Amino acid sequence: MSTELITGAEALMRSLIEEGVDTMFGYPGGAIMPVYDALHDHHDTIRHVLVRHEQGATHAAQGYARVSGKTGVCLVTSGPAATNAITGIADAMIDSTPMVVIIGQVGAALLGTDAFQETDVIGITQPITKWSYQIRKPEEIPWAISRAFYIAREGRPGPVVIDFAKNAQIQKFEYKYEKCNFIRSFIPTPAIEPQAIEDAAALINSAKKPFALVGQGVILGSAEKELAAFLEKANIPAGWTLLGSSALPTEHPLNKGMLGMHGNLAPNLKTNECDVLIAIGMRFDDRVTSDLSTYAKQCKIVHFDIDPAEINKNVKADVAVLGNAKETLALVTEKLNATTHTEWIASFEELNKIEAEKVIIPELQPKGTDITMGEVIRKISELTENKAVVVTDVGQNQMMAARYFNYTQSRSMVTSGGLGTMGFGLPAAIGAKIGAPERTVCMFAGDGGMQMTIQELGTIMQEKTGVKMIILNNHFLGMVRQWQELFFSERYSETHMVNPDFIMIAKAYGIKGQLVSNREDLDAAIAEMLSDDEAYLLEVNVETKGMVYPMVPTGASISNMIMGDK
Amino acid sequence: MELYTLIIFSENHPGLLSQVSNIFTRRQMNIETLTVSASSIEGIHKFTLTTYSTADSIAKVVKQIEKRVEVVKAFSYTDDEIIYQEVALYKVPTDALLDYPDLEQLVRKYNAQLLEMTRQFAVLQLTGHSEETQAFFEALKPFGVMQFVRSGRIAITKSSSEILSKFLQERMAKQ
Ligand SMILES: Cc1ncc(C[n+]2csc(CCOP(=O)(O)OP(=O)(O)O)c2C)c(N)n1
Repeated sequence: MSTELITGAEALMRSLIEEGVDTMFGYPGGAIMPVYDALHDHHDTIRHVLVRHEQGATHAAQGYARVSGKTGVCLVTSGPAATNAITGIADAMIDSTPMVVIIGQVGAALLGTDAFQETDVIGITQPITKWSYQIRKPEEIPWAISRAFYIAREGRPGPVVIDFAKNAQIQKFEYKYEKCNFIRSFIPTPAIEPQAIEDAAALINSAKKPFALVGQGVILGSAEKELAAFLEKANIPAGWTLLGSSALPTEHPLNKGMLGMHGNLAPNLKTNECDVLIAIGMRFDDRVTSDLSTYAKQCKIVHFDIDPAEINKNVKADVAVLGNAKETLALVTEKLNATTHTEWIASFEELNKIEAEKVIIPELQPKGTDITMGEVIRKISELTENKAVVVTDVGQNQMMAARYFNYTQSRSMVTSGGLGTMGFGLPAAIGAKIGAPERTVCMFAGDGGMQMTIQELGTIMQEKTGVKMIILNNHFLGMVRQWQELFFSERYSETHMVNPDFIMIAKAYGIKGQLVSNREDLDAAIAEMLSDDEAYLLEVNVETKGMVYPMVPTGASISNMIMGDK
Repeated sequence: MELYTLIIFSENHPGLLSQVSNIFTRRQMNIETLTVSASSIEGIHKFTLTTYSTADSIAKVVKQIEKRVEVVKAFSYTDDEIIYQEVALYKVPTDALLDYPDLEQLVRKYNAQLLEMTRQFAVLQLTGHSEETQAFFEALKPFGVMQFVRSGRIAITKSSSEILSKFLQERMAKQ
């Protein structure tokens, strides 16, 4: 390829195109204007989604990445825009979402002078990124951008920040692009050790009561088929983490439900009864394990992960299987004995019955007149033929969506797990719809979280993004209220919310919607929401003091789930 | 708690030091000493640092450090696995030194070196383990030490194979 002199801004555009970028989420400003100017010549190849707040850009890029498997891209200016993007960057880091965030920066000559809208982006973002790099000279652009995408995507994915000094956007240089496929100091996927495969298979073959824990690593590694084959060959029941949801279809006979604080009863209790625990692409987060001193003490542990730093971090593994789960699971499966574990699997049923009776049936078929969150979610699941992408905000709505939506295909649940970011839902849903336009995207949020990023309705209006938004309005910061009820003597300090007319707000943005307060109206309203491909806001007044059960109280053993008394 | 020496090899890019120190800060661990220098391999930087920790948590810290994209390799060692050294400088008033009857004995005992001497002060140097440089500091205290500084630890491993060079060779072969 011949070289030519072009500006840094134009070079960025061409580099992004080289990396296959066709969509980005952003917001312009002084220190990134040359890039926006260059973008103006590339609108036919790159779709830019103008958000209403830079936090929205990051969450939208996350939603896009999570449903599509591609790297999400953000473009924002320096200073306040950079700091607005921080929440999404931190969220992508803890939830392993591939994302490249390009942030404008003052010119190199002004760096360190407290110039207008200068902020120490590298200093701020280093601890919450997989890599961050400041481009000071245009010559660094191809190198830095190709590395950024390589690092964000390969191995355990994560966010990369490019701090792009303005002079480097303007200056011209001889542009030549070369894709990065090797960095000597970075081993994205550790080599598979044959001995580990042997040991894992032997241990699993020896198990009478094996139990698998499925994490997002399965989805990130596109190992869903390998997971099913692995579980099916030896009949291993499995539970999943919040981020592992949809890796295994809900109705799969070996799917025993969600793990952790608001997970299902059986998978939590069985974790402490199994003889071999098989963790796959999950990191033993404290919301899953709760009290570590009483967690999985009776069993041997096999841990599959791509990230060596996760091995023995929270829970000690007897066998560590490093590598991409897609390969390692397949290798171990070859060596597994076909077994049935009939009795062990049947033993989950008893606990399922208890949970159904005490929690699930009262939630899904409530006796009272108040609508519950669970029934709304299950109805929408059914009316979308269990095929929708679910995006959630944070709180009770999130736990209920994870518990009561039925997943039939992978990459169908987008939620902020590790950071628990309220305000994630709406922008993430926009990104999800843009990343999977052929799918129905249903976003569930509480009245609190919805208002944290409600301005993104403007993005929906401008981009005509057909997101189905469901506000589960309990007029409270529900999850906090639940803790106040349980652990703070029902002292509801600052959790009651006086809310605006959400439907009127939607209307102002040209978005259809309706408010439902009676159960009789729910089906018709959902049907109307799903009747076309346009954005829709469905607000449902749900019981004000609903509770998410079962629950492992903070610090308790997962064996001690409380069931509530509905 | 035991003293561990970490030897970290990284690319020579800006910002590596704060990435490494962040990992300690997050875990409320103190870095006792720190030396940053070039390594024997061109373009590879070397951090030698010491910290009090346990075998369990030092292993986790090493993995977190290695996880940083531009860190090539990180190793932790206990004192018996390395040859290590520190250097200390002492500034003492010349008068006090000259008035001391057993000066010769003192210098001989510690094997200290005299680097500079003016009418006002003398600068002594001692290399050794920190207990040794500390002991010399204690011995000089009666003279009224004006300044005292000790470098971070530097260390060389006792192992017979050079893991880093091998690792880099293997990596480059993969390219
Ligand atoms: C940015 C942010 N601020 C605060 C919290 C703490 N928090 C967790 S859940 C919750 C309540 C959420 O209320 P709402 O959005 O109404 O949803 P609900 O729980 O009622 O479904 C709060 C305040 C958080 N997770 N994120």
